Amino acid sequence: MRHLLSIEDLDRGSIERIVAQAERFAEVSDREIKKVPALRGRMVLNLFYEASTRTRSSFELAAKRLSADVVNFAASGSSVEKGESLKDTVLTLSAHKPDAIVLRTPWAGASELVAGWCSAAIVNAGDGKHEHPTQALLDVYTLHQRLGKIDGASIWIVGDVAHSRVARSNILAFRRMGASVTVAGPPTLIPRGIESLGCDVRYTLEELASADIVYALRMQRERMSEPWVPSLREYASWYQINGRRLRPGQVLMHPGPVNRGVELSGEVVDSPQAVITAQVEAGVVVRMAVLYELLAGGGGADARALRAAPEPVRMSGDAVSGSRAA
Amino acid sequence: MRQVDPLVCAPRQASTLLVREVRVLDPRAHIDGAHDVLIRDGFIAEIAPAGTLPERDDQETITGRGGLCVMPAFFDPHVHLRTPGQEHKEDLDSGTRAAAAGGFAGVIAMPNTDPVLDSAPLLRSLRDSAAREARVPVGFLPAVTRGLQGEQLTEMAELRQEGALGFTDDGRPVQSAGMLRKALQYQRLCGGVISLHEEDRTLSRGGSMHEGVVSASLGITGIPTIAESTMVARDAAIAGYEDARVHFQHLSCAASVPAIEHAKSAGWRVSCEVSPHHLLLTDEEVRSMDTRMKMYPPLAGEPDRLALIDGLRSGTIDCIATDHAPHARDEKEVPFEQAPMGTTGLETSFAALHTGLVLTGVLDLGVLVHRLTEGAALFGLEPAMIATGRQADLVLVDLDESWVAGEHGWESRSENCCFAGRTLQGRVLLTVAAGGVAHRDPSLTPAETP
Repeated sequence: MRHLLSIEDLDRGSIERIVAQAERFAEVSDREIKKVPALRGRMVLNLFYEASTRTRSSFELAAKRLSADVVNFAASGSSVEKGESLKDTVLTLSAHKPDAIVLRTPWAGASELVAGWCSAAIVNAGDGKHEHPTQALLDVYTLHQRLGKIDGASIWIVGDVAHSRVARSNILAFRRMGASVTVAGPPTLIPRGIESLGCDVRYTLEELASADIVYALRMQRERMSEPWVPSLREYASWYQINGRRLRPGQVLMHPGPVNRGVELSGEVVDSPQAVITAQVEAGVVVRMAVLYELLAGGGGADARALRAAPEPVRMSGDAVSGSRAA
Repeated sequence: MRQVDPLVCAPRQASTLLVREVRVLDPRAHIDGAHDVLIRDGFIAEIAPAGTLPERDDQETITGRGGLCVMPAFFDPHVHLRTPGQEHKEDLDSGTRAAAAGGFAGVIAMPNTDPVLDSAPLLRSLRDSAAREARVPVGFLPAVTRGLQGEQLTEMAELRQEGALGFTDDGRPVQSAGMLRKALQYQRLCGGVISLHEEDRTLSRGGSMHEGVVSASLGITGIPTIAESTMVARDAAIAGYEDARVHFQHLSCAASVPAIEHAKSAGWRVSCEVSPHHLLLTDEEVRSMDTRMKMYPPLAGEPDRLALIDGLRSGTIDCIATDHAPHARDEKEVPFEQAPMGTTGLETSFAALHTGLVLTGVLDLGVLVHRLTEGAALFGLEPAMIATGRQADLVLVDLDESWVAGEHGWESRSENCCFAGRTLQGRVLLTVAAGGVAHRDPSLTPAETP
């Protein structure tokens, strides 16, 4: 794998490989020393053209746990505000020879463009309303941890599909993993032609009980240039996932940040059916796995990847158990 | 009320040239067969059976081989020459070089320049520049409304006296039906075709491509075809009510075709054009998010493309226009949603349509030539014709020659061509415009100096 631009580029085997790798890194996260030297001396550049706290810090943490050097570049307060083009910014930052660039932009296809301009491995951390592949991978990982398998599961993605890159990546990833996907939301927020991605479309939540997994999307008010629903009140009354609508046994997911009282009621966010914090936790290990796959050639973690860093002081013995004892 | 010749170009030496033993094809002159054509002093002096006109030392002779074919030169009623103000994209010289290289002996330039072409002094100065720089005759369509703002009519009568062929707010719709009605009423005084870019911006707003399965999967906001078709229907009705003459630009979707059919059957004075890219490409091309595939109106679906071909064949769609829209490389080298709309088209239109529609048996070559020349007639000009006594406006094409579009660069200052890199068959070797050679392919043996 050279870049991670879109879930479309991944087959089921690649997704499973990343999930398995993330599981190995999860063990590392449970240790006292959470750092391994797998990417020591490598440089990861976080290039963010949109405000982001969780995705950026999750990538930063992932890179640091792999001992890579991390440089954060936020477009606000930078040369971008002085009118520098995306291409020039990328060329300039490439002079520092990053091994990977984690890119978030408000523009579909930007990561593919950037991949053509420099030699670094590109990780798409969200390109406009197009894709957010690491979110989909961490969601697959989370479900894998919770349910064991996704094959045959019925997953409902509820809410603002039109403005959601998460929806697009997740429809593709869940389908690849053998789930059936239904998208549901107000007709103004379900894009015409979305069923071509292999999902069903519903405009009400009447059949929500048939779902094994309910994936609520954020109402992305910041991305909306005009009113798409009459009011958030009416939206909530028809589409909010709340205690009345969520059936026992269903798993509840959300990519965050949650608008409590809009797409989710407070009681379901706090219920044990919600795996929202597990998703955040999964973000770090899955991103570790992605960076490792891209920069260390994949093929499964070798001993070096899982060895603790800094190198254990002990002169002999198994490095992994050594770090555990430290 | 017209006072001056609406087409201007730089003076060029009148050609004297014998083209022997070539296929001559002109649907208007009802010619399709092997002939000799003698051009003397810029006029077609003789059309004779193949091999009968003698070669002479004091004139250049081109002798037919393989797929050589002489046709009336093409006319493009819709190009962006970007002058004044955006000469980094194109100028009168480079744009008309591109036109000549594509076999066009006449083009009509759009007014969405900087400043907008909306006043008589500006039109005068542009025509002066064209009289120095243009390789092929250029006509101008000034704006319908001042600054393309849609609020106040331009001084249409004065602009007509200064040579305006008509008026358009191209690049933008005349969004207000009331404003359009006023322009059409005023047309009774000043004449000139009102040429319309049809787009209901309340429907297209925020969109960068055709709304359909591709936009859904890319997460790019789509532009529904009703943004165009509802405006075509609305404005045809207004034109019918006012008995005005309107021309619909760059039809892009199936739903617009019946609206035109209805208007024509009602006797309303409407005409329309279609662009090569809408006849040959669909929104599937946008999957790669190649910004050369971003244009307005956007590339639509396959059913739209097929309906446009049917409309062109039947004559519901009157002519082909390239909507040649050059943009600088750095302007297009940005993410898709950021990129400006437009593709260049002058240098590839014949070859692309010949390859995609004629060689595949979809469209007769004679019909293609008719539609590539009809634009002149729609704007009240005489279309080029291969006939004795007519000024030489003709093109010599090798119908057999294949070439890779853009392989050796472009005459246009810009390279944002949606056909770049494709192998096309049919190459323009020589363009004679207004009686003089405007383009000569390097492969064509140069004139031996007598």
